[in-house]
Amino acid sequence: MKVRILVSLKESVLDPQGQTVRNALHTLGYHQVKDVRQGKVFEIDLEGLDRAEVEKVIPEIADRVLANPIIEKFSWEILEA
Amino acid sequence: MKFGVVVFPGSNCDYDTFHALQNVMGQETVFLWHKDHDLRGVDCVVLPGGFSYGDYLRSGAIARFSPIMREVKKFADSGGLVLGICNGFQILLEAGLLPGAMLRNKNLKFLCQHVHIRIENNRTAFSSAGHRGQVLRIPIAHFDGNYYAPPDLLSELEKNKQVVFRYCDEKGKLSEEANVNGSAHSIAGLINRQGNVLGMMPHPERASEKILGSEDGKIIFSSMIDYLEKKRGTGKKKATRAARPAVTPLPPLIGTF
Repeated sequence: MKVRILVSLKESVLDPQGQTVRNALHTLGYHQVKDVRQGKVFEIDLEGLDRAEVEKVIPEIADRVLANPIIEKFSWEILEA
Repeated sequence: MKFGVVVFPGSNCDYDTFHALQNVMGQETVFLWHKDHDLRGVDCVVLPGGFSYGDYLRSGAIARFSPIMREVKKFADSGGLVLGICNGFQILLEAGLLPGAMLRNKNLKFLCQHVHIRIENNRTAFSSAGHRGQVLRIPIAHFDGNYYAPPDLLSELEKNKQVVFRYCDEKGKLSEEANVNGSAHSIAGLINRQGNVLGMMPHPERASEKILGSEDGKIIFSSMIDYLEKKRGTGKKKATRAARPAVTPLPPLIGTF
C-alpha cells in the first residue's frame, strides 16, 4: 500500500522559507499569492498490512519520526491500495 | 574526571571537543561510537557539533535513534552530566532530553561568527565558574539555531531559571540585533529541570585557548569539572587551575559508519 504523508510547520510557527518563496513570487508579479507555507512530502510503500493496520501505523510513524510535534503537523492519504 | 565525546556519522567538532577536554582542561577523554552500547564508565557525556546523519529529515532527528543515545538517555535519567553543543543541542531536543525545538535561523543564513552570550543562571553544573550577567565571547556555526517553544513552555522555562545563556551584545544588553538567529527569548543555552543536561548553540571548545581568540568557553568546562569533583567528593578545589598537561596525540577513530 502506498501512502503519502505531508509534514508542515504549525500555523503558530513562523515559516521564513515560505515567506521567502512568497516574496519571490511577488517579485515575479504573482501578487495574488497571499501566503506560502513550505513542507515536506514522504511517500511510503508498505507491505503486509491491511487498511486498519495502516491507519494505526502511519500516524505513529509521522508522530514519532517524520514530524516534530512541537513545531510541525502532518496529514496523510492512501495513494494505492 | 572521565569525559566521553560521542561520534556520529557527520560529527565534525568531535576532535576539537576531545582536544579541549583532554589537552586544555587536562581530563581523561574517550570517544564513544554511535553504535556502541555502553558509555565506558565516563562521568560526563558530550554530544559534539556537526551534521549528524547529514542533518537529514531535521537536525538531530536521526541521531536520536542511534544505539548510543539509548545509553545517553539512561545516563541522563539517572542524573549523569550531559552537554550538547550545537548539533548536540539539536539532538538533545529531538531526543526529548530538553524541551522545545529548533527552527531555521531567522534570516535563513548559515551563521558562522563570534557572538556574545550572557550567563543568566550561574547556579548550574555548567556555569558555576562564571557569575550572573557575565558576558562570554564564543563562536556559533549553525543553520538551525532559532530556538522555539510554545508560550506556556517559555514561561515555565523562565520561571524555573532553565535559561542559562542568552544572546546579547558585548555589553550584555539584549536586542533583536544581538539575537542573531531569532531564538525565542534570545535563548542560547538551556538546562533541563533536574539540572544535569545542558544544550547550547555556541561552541565552547572553539573558545578554549588564547590562540583561538577567546578562552571564555573554559568557564563551561571548568564548571562541569568542579561539579563532578564535588559530586565525587575529591575535595580538589579548582581543577582548572592545574598545570596544563603536555599535548597528547588524539586517538584514531575505529569503526565504520
